[in-house]
Amino acid sequence: MARVRIPIGPQHPALKEPENFTITLDGERVVGADIRIGYTHRGIEKLMESRSYIQNLYLVERICGICSYTHVYNYTHNVEEVLGLKAPPRAEYIRTLFLELERLHSHLLWVGVAGHEIGFDTLFMYTWQDRELVQDLLEMISGNRVNYAMNTVGGVRRDVSEEQRQKVLKAMDVVEKRCKFYQEMATNEKTLLSRAVGVGILKPSDAIRLCAVGPTARASGIDMDIRRDDPYAVYPELKFNVPTTDTCDVMGRVVVRVLELYEIIGMIRQLMQKLPAGDIKVKAPRRVPEGEAISHTEAPRGEDIHYLHADGTDKPERYKVRTPTMANMPSVAKMLEGVYLADVPITLAAIDPCMGCMDRVLVLKDGKEERNVLEWDRLRKYGIRWYAERGWKQ
Amino acid sequence: MNWLLSIIYLVVFPGILFVLGFAFFAEWLDRKVYARVQRRVGPPFLQPLADFIKLSSKEDVVPEKADNAIFTAAPIISLAAILAAFLYVPVVTATALHVFEGDLIVALYLLTIPTLALFLGGWFSGNLFGQSGAMRVASLLFSYEVPFFLALLAPALMAGTWSMSGIVVYLYGNPLAFVVTIGAFFIAVISLQGKLERLPFDIPDAETEIVGGPMSEYSGRRLALFRLARDAEMVVGAGLIAAVFLGGPWCPFISLDPGYIAWAVGAAFFILKTLIVLGLLILMKSAVARIRVDQMVNVAYKYLIPLALAQMLVVVLVKYMGWF
Repeated sequence: MARVRIPIGPQHPALKEPENFTITLDGERVVGADIRIGYTHRGIEKLMESRSYIQNLYLVERICGICSYTHVYNYTHNVEEVLGLKAPPRAEYIRTLFLELERLHSHLLWVGVAGHEIGFDTLFMYTWQDRELVQDLLEMISGNRVNYAMNTVGGVRRDVSEEQRQKVLKAMDVVEKRCKFYQEMATNEKTLLSRAVGVGILKPSDAIRLCAVGPTARASGIDMDIRRDDPYAVYPELKFNVPTTDTCDVMGRVVVRVLELYEIIGMIRQLMQKLPAGDIKVKAPRRVPEGEAISHTEAPRGEDIHYLHADGTDKPERYKVRTPTMANMPSVAKMLEGVYLADVPITLAAIDPCMGCMDRVLVLKDGKEERNVLEWDRLRKYGIRWYAERGWKQ
Repeated sequence: MNWLLSIIYLVVFPGILFVLGFAFFAEWLDRKVYARVQRRVGPPFLQPLADFIKLSSKEDVVPEKADNAIFTAAPIISLAAILAAFLYVPVVTATALHVFEGDLIVALYLLTIPTLALFLGGWFSGNLFGQSGAMRVASLLFSYEVPFFLALLAPALMAGTWSMSGIVVYLYGNPLAFVVTIGAFFIAVISLQGKLERLPFDIPDAETEIVGGPMSEYSGRRLALFRLARDAEMVVGAGLIAAVFLGGPWCPFISLDPGYIAWAVGAAFFILKTLIVLGLLILMKSAVARIRVDQMVNVAYKYLIPLALAQMLVVVLVKYMGWF
């Protein structure tokens, strides 16, 4: 049978965000996939250069609609490092609480989305209902469900009261019970197993070669987790395991995430029990001295890297973000090789893609991709000229 | 007066109006139970009817690339075939409106037409998703149709007749015969789920893979008719299974007097049994994920067909031993 190339995206019901995957098919089997990104680029990095450090707190939070806190944590970490500030211990505990609550609701969301991709809408409805418990906790503490506006340079903006502490602990008991139910179901439901086992294989050697991160790498047996390997926040004081599997398929990615739910619940309990007394923030100056900092955290989807270059004004000179989805994209092309066409949506969803966060600009010249290596100075001048030509002001 | 009764039978009860009303009710029940299982509220009682009226009042669109005649005819033909099939299902008494030796085969044939209409409608809609959905419809036809036919063969063998009314008459005499064919009953229900393209067999219109499948380009009154046809197919298929396996209008108080009370009780029992089959279809839908085309073929040829054949062997043995 002749090979057929069919486009999935940029508009397709399996994709929650527009990207283009051109699939080469041999019958019903996928033999290759070309990925073209760039449909949801928002230019946040450039926008950050024209906003003050305080304004950027709110902009950087909007990089992602699900793991917003991990971005703002990275940002404040960078700014504090250049300033030479250190947030009080209570603030670091509350920050870590938010990082983990965010991971909890993100993983629950993912289990639901994965269920929806294979037509298991009952699972989708169940997990999203339980996710509301976590969302309610986040709203109770910060006042917001998605972009919490909780972090600030030098600490956090709101405290956790004793009553809220008890409520968090109580909610964890309920969530733990629900997680047991999901674990039971994910390992026993026949139709779910038949769609997940042996689908979307990513061998450990490929995972390393293609720089997979987070749960995607851990499902291929790569034992990596930034929280343990290069601890930040208060992770050195917490006890937790890093679950891995060696099945290398979609099922492995389900198992890794479901097992991680228990670790998260355990960590939140420890955080709530150890929560030290004291201030929640220190005063930070508006101007940031010249310097640069790099920070990486374990976002729900994997390693998230932020880089800051400060030039002594109240605005960053350059800010750079590499989200985990970007790192996992090359692995997707590998995973798609050999799956059935019907398995493309679930294979793609298995990395928990967040397209808007990772998108990059592609320059097309005469319909072809243009590759150019620019020195920093030239890039800067090019950028200034590009914006000036369009009447934008710095 | 006989012709008047026949017209009432055809048009009102248990003919067209009854089937359509029951179809709307079945859709509501399906959506409501599905929603309650998922801890949602679900639609209000008249929602399916409201959807139908709203869709019917929408703009009439035929895509430029579509074949107008086939595109329009497909939903009408499928609804007509389903309504015709219901004439042979005994609802009120043991005999349907029209009875002849072999009406079971005709009804099964008529119930295959909606699938072909869906295939043609999707194929000639000029849409890539519609065409790949149509291909899936056609390739799945053999996976569920063969076990469905084989499963319905069991009660026919049991009763020794090809007529649905004949089978029901036999079940009136031997109510316990349904125990022998209980395996075939479940095979028939699972195959019917495939025939109706519902989870876990909703492969032709898997929304996350191929959008709406064959119905991608359908809108307005054509979509309304297609949806109504599918609901009616669900009711007629469930009614057919309720009749040949569970005895349709058979009830424990067979000698009710006067006649019209017996009719009313018979119809009530038929509806009750149909609801049981519908309940099985709905619960199956809410507890599973969608399987792939190749897995569906596996399920049909590795499990359903051998089991249906084993069931026939059981029936033949039971008949040979003279237990029924």
